[in-house]
Amino acid sequence: MKQQQFETGRHRMWKEYRALLEQLERSPGRRDRLSPLQRFPRLYRRICGHYALARSRGYSSSLTEDLHDLVRRGYQQLYRSRLDWLRQTLAFLSAGFPRAVRGHAGVFWLAAALFFGPMLIMALGCHQDEELIYSLLDRQDIAQLESMYDPTNRKPGREADRQADTDFAMFGFYVMNNVGIAFRTFASGLLLGLGSLFILIFNGLVIGAAAGHLTRLGYGGTFWPFVSGHSALELTAIAVSGAAGLLLAAALLAPGRRRRLDALQRNAREAVKLVTGALAMLVLAAIIEAFWSSATGIEPAMKYLFGGICWLLMIAYLSLAGRGSAGAA
Amino acid sequence: MRLSEPPLNGRTEGLIDTLRIYETPEGVDLELRVAGPVVRAAALAIDSLIKGALILALTPLLAFSGLGVGLMLLGMFLLGWFYPVFFELRNGATPGKRAMGLAVIHGDGTPVGPAASVIRNLLRVVDFLPLFYCAGLVSTLIDGDFRRLGDLAAGTLVIHVRPPFPEREIPLHEPVPPPRPLTPETQQAIIGYAERSGRLSSERRVELAEALAWLSARRGHAAEEAVLGYANWLTRGQ
Repeated sequence: MKQQQFETGRHRMWKEYRALLEQLERSPGRRDRLSPLQRFPRLYRRICGHYALARSRGYSSSLTEDLHDLVRRGYQQLYRSRLDWLRQTLAFLSAGFPRAVRGHAGVFWLAAALFFGPMLIMALGCHQDEELIYSLLDRQDIAQLESMYDPTNRKPGREADRQADTDFAMFGFYVMNNVGIAFRTFASGLLLGLGSLFILIFNGLVIGAAAGHLTRLGYGGTFWPFVSGHSALELTAIAVSGAAGLLLAAALLAPGRRRRLDALQRNAREAVKLVTGALAMLVLAAIIEAFWSSATGIEPAMKYLFGGICWLLMIAYLSLAGRGSAGAA
Repeated sequence: MRLSEPPLNGRTEGLIDTLRIYETPEGVDLELRVAGPVVRAAALAIDSLIKGALILALTPLLAFSGLGVGLMLLGMFLLGWFYPVFFELRNGATPGKRAMGLAVIHGDGTPVGPAASVIRNLLRVVDFLPLFYCAGLVSTLIDGDFRRLGDLAAGTLVIHVRPPFPEREIPLHEPVPPPRPLTPETQQAIIGYAERSGRLSSERRVELAEALAWLSARRGHAAEEAVLGYANWLTRGQ
């Protein structure tokens, strides 16, 4: 069959298909309400056939390329994954994320040990030895840290609206800073895990040093109530993102019976769940840190109680949520 | 015993090519033309300019003291980490990539999804190391599909979506039947020649047409006329 006969005989079908395709590409969200689209899969398969014919018969490359373009775009519309953002986000937070953490309990505990271990050792060390903190932080940082938590340095009686205003600025800062750390902890796992390892240990040491040093100076009365509220979410989220980084490293160092590339792609799919969960935890932690931890009018006992409840709730969430129920995925 | 690979219609067999073939469930070969580092760097430059402009547009927020500073920091956070994710999930590519005619897809040809998009864009920081995407550049040059480290981990490809030469017309000519039957390859070569002739210099047109002198027995512009005649006959008939 001559190419021109071939084209004229099918021109109307291509036109109809092209119109549907453009409709789909313009409004990917509203596909189920558009009834003519029910013809789309059938038309798509016919066009696939036309493309194969055009190629095997050696028709001109402009025709085969046009048909290939129609096939490629149709394929993308037909096989794209549908997203139901609200439902999927809720399912992820209520079940998917805690399941992912439990599913990778090994790397999670390893990351937690790499983070909390140095923190604890450094806290004890700095509490005993006043010189130790200078091996980690420079004089200026330490002076700033001390002035931040010096009980005599508190400025009482700030106006309430002014307070809320700066709180929001701090919220923005906490999100940018902490989530940035979490994302880098994850990403640098690709450097054979060395990046994640460094960020976990270094941040553990700094936090531990600050806690030990301030307690030794007798500033614990301002430091501990401040950090107790958001500590559960913030510290655990860093450990979770460390676990995500270690998953990437594990794929490269110990791919098992897979090629490294396959292992990496598989582990990255799991790691991204951990990082996304860590993001949610850190945003929540930033809200607590900016608006609750910094509030000056609340009794320390209340803050400790709140902090303790947060730890309990978080442990319950990570260890219990999403167990058993088969449906949510 | 070793079975030989089935031929891919003779088009990519044994050739170094930027075409990657994916066979769809319909049994049709999708040809994905992966995009190289230069065009991707250009897309990146456009995106950087857009991001810079957006950050500049956010600066008036600083006038609103604490609340404004907080919003500005959140805006910078979102732009820094989620600018590519947002546009990849919405349009299939960032504005810079769209301007260069590129799109991000999964290895199986489907549009990039949220998990893969987040992976490839968070791992950007590793591709950026030690500075200005050196690691990413090395990775794209080593990998056969021009994938940077983020693409490798996410299983994504960056492809050209625009055809290389969009409009192609065979110049109208009196159809001339070829003097003897032609193989499909020769037919395709003749049609391809006619389609490309508009972009060739007249000397080159003649030179190429004379390669068919064994068939047309003509030289010079007459050879060109003859080949255009065959092309019209092959595509349109008499």
